Amino acid sequence: MSARPTLQSWSRAFAAALTDPAAPVPAGLETGNTPADRLRFAVYRNNVHVGLVEALRRAFPVVERVVGDAFFTAMARDYVTHNKPTSPVLILYGDRFAAFIAAFAPAARLPYLPDLARLERAWLESYHAADVAALGVPALAALDAALLAGAVLTPHPAARVVRSSYAVGSIWSAHSAARTHPSGRIDAGRAETVLVTRPEARVDVTIIPDRDAGFVLDVLAGTPLGEAAVRASQANPAFDFGTALTGLVRKGALAATTTQGAVT
Amino acid sequence: MTKLDVLPDRAGVGLKGEHYADIVGTWPDLGFFEVHAENYMGDGGPPHRYLETIAAHYPLSFHGVGLSIGGDGPIDQDHIGRLKTLIDRYRPASFSEHLAWSTHDSAYLNDLLPLPYTEQTLARVCEHVDEVQNALGRRMLLENPSTYVLFSESTIEETEFLTRIADRTGCGLLLDVNNVMVSTVNHRLDPYAYIERFALDLVGEIHMAGYDETVDGAGDRLLIDAHGSAVRPDVFELFVFALNKAGPRPVLVEWDNNVPGFAELHAEARRVEAVIARSRGSRPVAAQ
Repeated sequence: MSARPTLQSWSRAFAAALTDPAAPVPAGLETGNTPADRLRFAVYRNNVHVGLVEALRRAFPVVERVVGDAFFTAMARDYVTHNKPTSPVLILYGDRFAAFIAAFAPAARLPYLPDLARLERAWLESYHAADVAALGVPALAALDAALLAGAVLTPHPAARVVRSSYAVGSIWSAHSAARTHPSGRIDAGRAETVLVTRPEARVDVTIIPDRDAGFVLDVLAGTPLGEAAVRASQANPAFDFGTALTGLVRKGALAATTTQGAVT
Repeated sequence: MTKLDVLPDRAGVGLKGEHYADIVGTWPDLGFFEVHAENYMGDGGPPHRYLETIAAHYPLSFHGVGLSIGGDGPIDQDHIGRLKTLIDRYRPASFSEHLAWSTHDSAYLNDLLPLPYTEQTLARVCEHVDEVQNALGRRMLLENPSTYVLFSESTIEETEFLTRIADRTGCGLLLDVNNVMVSTVNHRLDPYAYIERFALDLVGEIHMAGYDETVDGAGDRLLIDAHGSAVRPDVFELFVFALNKAGPRPVLVEWDNNVPGFAELHAEARRVEAVIARSRGSRPVAAQ
């Protein structure tokens, strides 16, 4: 004769059976006077999976538009099976989805798809990032020119950069409701660097001109302004420091307070 | 000036991102808005901007889905911390959670899962409710679940289980009328008898939603708590019965999937509001 199941044992069995579709219905479940059948337990399994797939669908709408509903659902279900959330805050679920797509063989015919997912993840993180005042153009103009070269500017919490060997900014834009860039034929194989910022209450997605891409990445990674400018000029003589920095500031990519350097 | 720190005995609706633009500026005549607390656990951005605006005009109810109060493991301290930050910021009129579990060995299972009702689980749930109420510095409401299976080892009937939790911890109850219909139909029980047994004097809020219907392997009706449609007629009738027994209460219309246009949601709330108005004539059981 076995002891009554303890809370510990039933919840472990329940959780294990939830995540393994081949597992039998755990012992000790009923529907009043008859044992619970698979279809009843399947409601719980389905709720878990559908809820997480829907969370991914909300977070990666452009990836879904590109691959279609059926493909996305199958891909998302596979991710969900192997990546259970560790937090109930599902608005940020899917942090490993882009890496998962990169290793997901059926998606290999769309080589830009992982970077497109990285861009959508950057958009989501930007949308939920902390509200912090951005460095404005007047504050930039007021910086001491003598100290500017050594200044390290702080990225705004909502700023992200995605650098891709593919035209992910253009692809995102063509499929997005926002349509920030005119869409024509896209050369998917053209490399793009995309800046994601959140000036005011709206997320902005901007394709950075090639000559500024390295500078934007360097500045947001904490490189002193002077060093970033020298590198950008060496890479492309057409680089213009004032235009590049003002553009970054106008997009709200920098925080009003800096950790070190010229702004006091 | 609307009193914002208490839920009025009126109809409210779940706040959906799709409806922000319909609400801000037009300020529809509604008693309150309810949000899933977890949807506002981002650091900032548009969701908080809208919620702050709405919080200045309406009482708010925060409804949690992730505390896993019915779980056998300890309450997630990070999650309680996030909840406390949110509640301290917005000071909602009400906070509620579910008699259910959703976390196991730190994996979040994203559903409101059932638990057996025994003396052992009762003690554990009461510890969790005490812990939450102490951490948040406020009384919470605990909601009756919708269930698709029962546990053979249960020794306490569900409404008694809820009443005993409330008696021991001082928490209030949230009566989800749709969940009552879903669970009682699924387990071939009488929904009206369930309402008769429920401690209506402890009810601080009522929830209403739409269910989906299918059949189980034996061909028996199986109702699913889907929140994807208007309230079904049998649930509405049960609600009228419950409200006439309880007296006026704050009543929420939940519609989380296949979200309709705001006008349709508001119309559903007005249908509920008419019932609340009529219940003012009935002899209410005082809410604590």
